[in-house]
Amino acid sequence: MNTVKLVAVFAENRPGQMARITGVLARANINIRCIIVASSGTCGVMKVLVNDPDLACQSLKHEGFAATLTDVIAVEMPDKPGALHSVAQCLANHNINLCNTSGFAANNRAILVLEVEDPAQAGEVLKKHGLHVLTQEETLTI
Amino acid sequence: MFWQQEMETLDRPALDALQLKRLRETVRRLERVPFYRGKFLETGLKPEEINSAADLRRLPFTTAADLRENYPDGLLAVSRDEVLRLHTSSGTTGKPKALFFSRRDVDTAAELIARAFCMTGVTRRDVFQNMMTYGLFTGGLVMHYGAEKVGCMVIPAGPGTSERQLLLMQDFGTTVIHITPSYAFYFADFLEKKGIDPRRDLALRKAFVGAEPYTEETKRKIEAALGIDVYNSYGLTEMNGPGVAFDCEGKCGMHVWEDNFVLEIVNPATGAPVGDGEPGELVLTSINREAMPLLRYRTRDLTSIIPGPCACGRTHRRIHRITGRSDDMLIVRGVNIFPQQIERVLMSIPQVGRNYLILLEGLDEMTVKVELSPSGFDGQVGHLTELQNEVVEKLRAELSVRPKVELVASGSLPVTEGKAKRVIDKRSL
Repeated sequence: MNTVKLVAVFAENRPGQMARITGVLARANINIRCIIVASSGTCGVMKVLVNDPDLACQSLKHEGFAATLTDVIAVEMPDKPGALHSVAQCLANHNINLCNTSGFAANNRAILVLEVEDPAQAGEVLKKHGLHVLTQEETLTI
Repeated sequence: MFWQQEMETLDRPALDALQLKRLRETVRRLERVPFYRGKFLETGLKPEEINSAADLRRLPFTTAADLRENYPDGLLAVSRDEVLRLHTSSGTTGKPKALFFSRRDVDTAAELIARAFCMTGVTRRDVFQNMMTYGLFTGGLVMHYGAEKVGCMVIPAGPGTSERQLLLMQDFGTTVIHITPSYAFYFADFLEKKGIDPRRDLALRKAFVGAEPYTEETKRKIEAALGIDVYNSYGLTEMNGPGVAFDCEGKCGMHVWEDNFVLEIVNPATGAPVGDGEPGELVLTSINREAMPLLRYRTRDLTSIIPGPCACGRTHRRIHRITGRSDDMLIVRGVNIFPQQIERVLMSIPQVGRNYLILLEGLDEMTVKVELSPSGFDGQVGHLTELQNEVVEKLRAELSVRPKVELVASGSLPVTEGKAKRVIDKRSL
């Protein structure tokens, strides 16, 4: 499987919203590995990469939140200069557009989490470029 | 100054007799309208049995619901080809309320406006800029025709575009304006920012302010800000539009033209008449309209009669400024809005819930909070923005006013049932 699931949650763009959401996740014993928040005007969407996306999504829905699962690509690259550029160039060559994207480096590993229109296709392209596309299970090891 | 001195100062017994005569004629005319014919049969009342305005109380009220049920022309009292003009007013459902005018009605409405202009000291030498919406809204054309009757130079500016309003005032020497209280504030603010002192740089003398209720305090602020005299104007589409009641130069209450309207104040819950000078709901009977007279129309506006004579010499009684509504209608930027209209729009958009909260702030800012349905969420913030815009546009199309819309979490708004408070009105008008 090329794609990884993120849990996307709707929240109003005002103080306290992240605390409400993370409270639910904490009580469900969910571990968050990555977070992307996109806001626009009076509302926003919080997206999290967690250890158990289905449980996280259910717990949030149970508490009345608008939550859903979205597919993203989590691709790993060497933690050195030029690595991200190589990935970006590869995507550009294949005319792949990035939507919400986030990246981080830790423990000598660099991970890019990207939202694209056709995640399966993007995953194939990146694999052919010699990159490691993480599975859901592998995201737990970062 | 009087437009029709004899009529405006007619002694009370003669005025009452005239009212009675016109009331009987109106009732006779309405026997042709199936809706009213039914009402007369129900009560067994005949025109000749109406011997005083008190007998009017034996007739049932006419309500906005009656206009809705008889839309489009079930209440027309003349043939369609005698109708000269149509005006409409918002209703609680998708259909507006239709009001028809015969040629004579258009002229009568203009005469009542002319009386108002005259009694506030406006003459044909004045330049009148009508800053109210034209089109189906009566505040445009009805006021316009009245101003033309007086002989003013009339500038049909319509609302908004303050730069152009200012240009017209500077270039053509506007002396009198017709405007909503909220726009009057905006305009005063606009002038200040431009460094224009209306007292020094403009010829403005008077403003007729109406289409939405406002306090004495607001009136004084507008007068101070623009350096003019403000006169309160009351009307409703069902009774021609503006010109039903107007301040005289004394600015001590609005004279209701009793040769054209029978005035009652009733308890909104029971419909019984209230004591002299007591507050209640204004009920009007149009006794000088041809195309679509209405008997005992419940305006839903709350006011009271001001007892005693007026120093101006007019014998037509005065009412206080409107203090509120006995239904849930709101007026924003001079436009009538029913919360039910908002509910209907939201029901047609599956990604939002039915619950809503209307927040009114400042002078005329309206925000509608709607709940995002969990099923309507696909994780994309861009789609949320699109959804919000869709709600804005659909509300604008229905209400004729563009609100701000905020998406909120499902279940966070009070449930829209029973008498749940769906409106928070913090306006300073």
